[in-house]
Amino acid sequence: MTADIKCDDMTITYQRPDAFTDAHTHYCPGCTHGVAHRLLAEALDELNLREKTILVAPVGCAVFIADYFELDGCIAAHGRAPAMATGIKRVQPDKVVVTYQGDGDLASIGAAEVMHAAVRGENITIVFINNAIYGMTGGQMAPTSIIGQKTTSSPQGRSVVQSGHPIQMSELLAGLAGSAYVVRRSLHDAANIRKAKKAILTALKVQQAGLGFSLVELLSTCPTNWGLSPMDSLAWVKTHMLPIYPVGDFKVADGVKEVMRDGVRSNS
Amino acid sequence: MASDQIHKAIVFAGFGGQGIMFIGQLLAYAAMDHGYHVTWIPSYGPEMRGGTANCFVVVSSDPIGAPVAAYPDVALIFNRPSFDKFEPLVRDGGLLVVNSSLVEQQTAREALDVVRVPATKIASAVGSERLTNAVLLGAMLTVEPILPITAINAALQAHMPAHRRDALAANIDALERGSQHVRKQNPELLNSLSI
Amino acid sequence: MTKQLLKGNVAIAEAAVRAGLEAYFGYPITPQTELLEHLSARMPELGRVFLQAESEVAAINMLYGALSTGARAMTSSSSPGFSLMQEGLSYIAASDIPGVVVDVMRGGPGLGNILPSQGDYFQVTRSAGHGDYRPIVLAPASVQEAIDFTVLAFDLAEQYRHLVIIALDGLIGQMMEPAELPPMRDINTHRPDWALTGAEGRPKRMISSLYLQAEAQEAVNRRTQARLKIISENETRWIEYMTDDADYLLVGYGSAGRIAYSAVQSARRDGLKVGLLRPQTLWPFPSERLHELAGQVRGCLVVEMNAGQMLDDVRLAVNGRVAVDFFGRMGGIVPMPDEILGAIQQMQHERI
Ligand SMILES: Cc1ncc(C[n+]2csc(CCOP(=O)(O)OP(=O)(O)O)c2C)c(N)n1
Ligand code: SF4
Repeated sequence: MTADIKCDDMTITYQRPDAFTDAHTHYCPGCTHGVAHRLLAEALDELNLREKTILVAPVGCAVFIADYFELDGCIAAHGRAPAMATGIKRVQPDKVVVTYQGDGDLASIGAAEVMHAAVRGENITIVFINNAIYGMTGGQMAPTSIIGQKTTSSPQGRSVVQSGHPIQMSELLAGLAGSAYVVRRSLHDAANIRKAKKAILTALKVQQAGLGFSLVELLSTCPTNWGLSPMDSLAWVKTHMLPIYPVGDFKVADGVKEVMRDGVRSNS
Repeated sequence: MASDQIHKAIVFAGFGGQGIMFIGQLLAYAAMDHGYHVTWIPSYGPEMRGGTANCFVVVSSDPIGAPVAAYPDVALIFNRPSFDKFEPLVRDGGLLVVNSSLVEQQTAREALDVVRVPATKIASAVGSERLTNAVLLGAMLTVEPILPITAINAALQAHMPAHRRDALAANIDALERGSQHVRKQNPELLNSLSI
Repeated sequence: MTKQLLKGNVAIAEAAVRAGLEAYFGYPITPQTELLEHLSARMPELGRVFLQAESEVAAINMLYGALSTGARAMTSSSSPGFSLMQEGLSYIAASDIPGVVVDVMRGGPGLGNILPSQGDYFQVTRSAGHGDYRPIVLAPASVQEAIDFTVLAFDLAEQYRHLVIIALDGLIGQMMEPAELPPMRDINTHRPDWALTGAEGRPKRMISSLYLQAEAQEAVNRRTQARLKIISENETRWIEYMTDDADYLLVGYGSAGRIAYSAVQSARRDGLKVGLLRPQTLWPFPSERLHELAGQVRGCLVVEMNAGQMLDDVRLAVNGRVAVDFFGRMGGIVPMPDEILGAIQQMQHERI
């Protein structure tokens, strides 16, 4: 789908990644799910993985993600993407298997599946979208919702007594022996988006090198259910989410550093 | 209270954000307060985000079976996609109330009564585009007097949530402007209404 | 009390509160979510328990725990989430404790969609989970019935120490209708003599579904079956409309039932003698009455929002006395009265 532009003094600085279909996404204006999709698509292009990758969609706003990627794809039951990915990967170890999951999907109903995938050192990559809310069902509390956050199922604001504490999945998964690469990044500004892209590239390389479980948590916005403008939502990530969910590398297993240094079969 | 024999299936259709659900509920409240049987059903589904939204209201003097209808008696059309969807479905002899500010299409069906109201324009003049829904309801009830507009005003008073009460007067105004617009264009309605 | 314009989901939630609901556990899923959302505000306000569980698996097992203490408690979900509750439903039923579970059915199988359906009929009536039992299943066809059945569900559950499922389709859950809520009942603080309250000054109690000896398990199964027999003798409920002189009988429940009611009216206007039987309990099923009516009509038409599930029960009840035809829509499509009328006319031509 490379654009056929022949203009001498022009260079292409922006075009649709090959890993994308030309479908329009259904996301709300200002939602950073779109940014995360773009980063994943670019990373797959750069590593030339489009024809090797199988994408496992979650149940959540990203349920249609496989429609937007020119890859083989499937939709798991709510929370079960890591289990479905396990089945795919075990039978076809030479393929790259990626799940893309929201915080309700991964941290609530699917907490067991992701923990056990990590414990097994399952050689899959997870892109984990933390937007502190259930987007698709209309803004209920997520396990990642912050204390005091008003949602349609915590109308008085999330309280510790009622619902416990926000769950820090990256820190938790980093503590499990089987995880190889677990990091948190944020999508609230350009500098952080660039770092997020690098992390996704690394995670995919970790899988290619057969090093085990990799997960990139991305702090993301939900302007619709937060009731904020897109700009205010980006600011909210910075002011309200970053203090609880700091960006950082929580697990970088031994072999990973070499992958980061040397790259693996990278075509870029 | 309600002694007239009626049974009307009314669809309200437009974009999400045009107050489609609210205006349908308002009619439902007024019908209930008036002693009629009534049902209100939203379209709900992935189409909620960004796309079209519609709701069905059935008002009847008798208990209601089907709360939806394949061929509604009345359609209030807020935007173009809704015109394309519902104009063919309104039953012969039914009524089409069209927001002409956003919908240019004309119906070719002769069996329909059509009322075109520049509702968004009128609403802006009253104070906000968000009153488009009230303008169209006012217009509809003038041609199809299921309930007097005063019943809608009373329902607004009785059921408008506290945080929206500041919009009460504007809503009442918008209903009246919608009605006026229709009456001006159809002087014969003036008499029938003053009875 | 005066009537209020209420959404089905909210009406069930509020009716449960007024029936003395002490604890609710649930997980968001469309088209049921308003039920959970209403309780997330109401229950804490009243100092009662509301908890958003991490999954439906957790919610049903939290319910199992709360019920074991003898408290009025409930959970709700929609088809995919209801599937996840199967294990817990079976344990609750096996433990002879009263429980109320709401399933607001949506299009399926799988993730399907969020539109109205009656696709879970088999799942709710055949056992709900593994094992060998049947829950009581109430199928409201209006917001008022949803309210009344919620109160009834708690009463039946406690009277028989049995599981009650309120099975409605998304249309009833999402619809607003004028309806009257019951008065607020006090919470029943009395705890029954099987409840786990701590063995202070009394012999210990056990809530369990484990019977390793075949004889013991069979004895429990027999006891359950005896109870089911009493329930089916006393609690079978249905509504009939214009069946007295009917030549053709429609059978439908929930939304399909009320739409069939409109079809009966149209048919009568056309001079066709059509009547309706609308089961209000899907289990126990009004088999006897259906068998009787089958002797009087020229044909039955079953109307459902699925591929024909209650159809099996109608055929068993009618037992060959007359022809039983079927009209159904699937995938979240709601059948229209005109379509049903068309199916009746077709049946009339084929079965003169
Ligand atoms: C078993 C089951 N339970 C509940 C649901 C309803 N449901 C759909 S998406 C969703 C949560 C989505 O939230 P999240 O994972 O945070 O993703 P987001 O939409 O915010 O991107 C839920 C509860 C379902 N489809 N299946
Ligand atoms: S609901 Fe929230 S997460 Fe879902 S698309 Fe809209 S903004 Fe994004």
